[in-house]
Amino acid sequence: MLEWKKDGWKAAIALGPTLLIMAVFTFYPIVNTFIMAFRNNYKFLSGVDEGFGIQNFVTVLSDPRFLGALKNTLLMVVVSVPITVILSILIAVALNSIERLRGFFQTIFFLPYVTNTIALGLVFNTVFHKDFGLFNSLFNLGAVDWLGAETTYWRAFFVLMVYTVWNGLAFKIIVLLSGLQNIDKQYYQAAAIDGASKWRIFRKITIPLLSPMILYTTITSFIGAFKVYTSVISLFGKGAGASNSFGPDNMLITVVGYIYNKLWEAGTPFGVASAGSVILFVIILLITLIQRRVSKSRVHY
Amino acid sequence: MGIFDKIKEKFKKKEKPQAGDSKEVKEKDLALESTKEEAVFDTETIKKDMKNMGVEIRLEGLTKEFVEKKTNRITVAVDNFDVTIPAGKLVGLLGPSGCGKSTTLYMISGLHQPTAGRIYFGDDDVTNLPPEKRGIGLVFQNYSLYPHMTVKQNIMFPLENMKVPKEEAEKRAQYMAELVQIGDLMNRKPNQLSGGQQQRVAIARALVKMPRVLLLDEPLSNLDARLRMQMREEIRRIQRETGITTIFVTHDQEEAMSISDEIVVMKDGVLHQKDKPQHVYNEPVDEFVAKFLGNPPINIIEGKIEDGKLIVNGKVLEKVKLEDQPIHLGIRAEFFQVDPKGRLEAEIEFLEHIGRDTMVIASIEDASKTFKALVSAQTIKDLEVGHKIRFNYSSYFVFNAETGERLI
Repeated sequence: MLEWKKDGWKAAIALGPTLLIMAVFTFYPIVNTFIMAFRNNYKFLSGVDEGFGIQNFVTVLSDPRFLGALKNTLLMVVVSVPITVILSILIAVALNSIERLRGFFQTIFFLPYVTNTIALGLVFNTVFHKDFGLFNSLFNLGAVDWLGAETTYWRAFFVLMVYTVWNGLAFKIIVLLSGLQNIDKQYYQAAAIDGASKWRIFRKITIPLLSPMILYTTITSFIGAFKVYTSVISLFGKGAGASNSFGPDNMLITVVGYIYNKLWEAGTPFGVASAGSVILFVIILLITLIQRRVSKSRVHY
Repeated sequence: MGIFDKIKEKFKKKEKPQAGDSKEVKEKDLALESTKEEAVFDTETIKKDMKNMGVEIRLEGLTKEFVEKKTNRITVAVDNFDVTIPAGKLVGLLGPSGCGKSTTLYMISGLHQPTAGRIYFGDDDVTNLPPEKRGIGLVFQNYSLYPHMTVKQNIMFPLENMKVPKEEAEKRAQYMAELVQIGDLMNRKPNQLSGGQQQRVAIARALVKMPRVLLLDEPLSNLDARLRMQMREEIRRIQRETGITTIFVTHDQEEAMSISDEIVVMKDGVLHQKDKPQHVYNEPVDEFVAKFLGNPPINIIEGKIEDGKLIVNGKVLEKVKLEDQPIHLGIRAEFFQVDPKGRLEAEIEFLEHIGRDTMVIASIEDASKTFKALVSAQTIKDLEVGHKIRFNYSSYFVFNAETGERLI
């Protein structure tokens, strides 16, 4: 047992550096964000404000650009999360059932996870290039513009989803694969004795026993999808601060993108960006809570 | 009374109140439920199912070799195994761990494919059939109940796979649950059950599809001593009530002896003896079987045959018609009696008083060569450690000292 008087200093030394760094770079900013969000017209440099209130939230929620960003983000979440989770389950199960070349395929699927986002963006820009892109020539589409100035909302959205799903698969496959390998093989033997078909084994044995991992990947992909920012920048970004970083007219701007832009917008108090962050935080919190509640009856630990 | 008579009776009882209603109404209405019940448990179905129960199992030249991947070394787990398991019997597959008994069971179940040899259920050659087509129920050593399903869902799972209508499946599951006495635990999850209860669920799940053969892999090894005794009797009872041919694997000779109709003793993948438990105990075919059965283990005393005489420690014990050779004399502890004129002289090393009887640990030549004799406490009351003692014995076995082959 750890006793404070005797071992306290040991614990303090062990935890100290991490706690210090977290206090400065995580806890303080979080607390400060909440405070700033409620300070009306707060000037960061001079430190003066016009009292506490919800002015920032009113500004954010009545800004059509924020609502547009929120709509974009929700759309990305709703489309990318189910596709990513379902695809990753299928791929993980398939990988788990083969013996030869498993390591090879595992590496292929894991590559995007360890590759630089900007590099991936460049690759996509090449693949989906209007004039000499692989995608257009492969499907014989002619000179369709996907990521350039002449793209449409849905075309750009399509490419973004392909990128997001493909990029998100890696981590989920690894998590699910380790979950699959932890399932006792004897359940499958028992199911074979019980005469279960492959589909029933998948539905009735694999999925339920994998459900904790599926819940984990679902929640993390929801959170990740709500925070989407870098993938849009890496696909459409023309450099920091450029006005078209989220596609033509910033049409694919996300909530995080909105918050970031607000930070640098001249004449906009920091409180507006903070309020945006708090709203995003509340949305993610609510969705996670709902997921946990819904999955309680469906997840078997 | 067989299990199907019971099922019949059970559902007759349930139908009775309906039958008591006016006949005309029943004829007119054709009450959906009662027709379903009749369709499910009519004599035809039962007869058909009954044919499946209690089938003879024949293993012919069954061999299983495992090849180690890296070194390509071949391990023969089961070697040219011939045995016939009579229909409707409870048979214990007994042997030390690693003797190939579980491998044999898994080959019968279809989970392992034999390297050579054939498996017959009655006249059907099932060697190349997948497990689900063999009509077997298997209870795994650690039960392998599906942790996310309730007891009821676990028991119903095989029936759902067979696409048995839900209503019938529920009835069969309930019947099986009551047969193994867990009828009131149907909505529990496996982790809310004790080991013995889990065992019962596993047996119910194995039996619910009316298999031809029930296979149990070390069924009692995960239970504590008291539960073990209880489940032993339970397995015996369930087997009697269903009349299903049952094979169980065990390394515990006492367990095998106590409930089996027959036991099959194997070692290193080879069959040594198959017979009724008492017969195997009384007439072991070789030294291995003699040593493996019985507690305390049989005493093996080194000796030799010379000029038709059995000699131990320079003293002639018996006159035998055998060629000169070194031998092992096998005498069970309970074969000994204290007798002042007995042929076997020894020195008492230790006395273990166990109520009415006393276990005498005695040495012949030197203190390292001891044997155990279970004798009436009355007969040694004057004797103490260090005293000389003489024994007579009612029975003995003679084994070849090298091969272990039984000579007498």
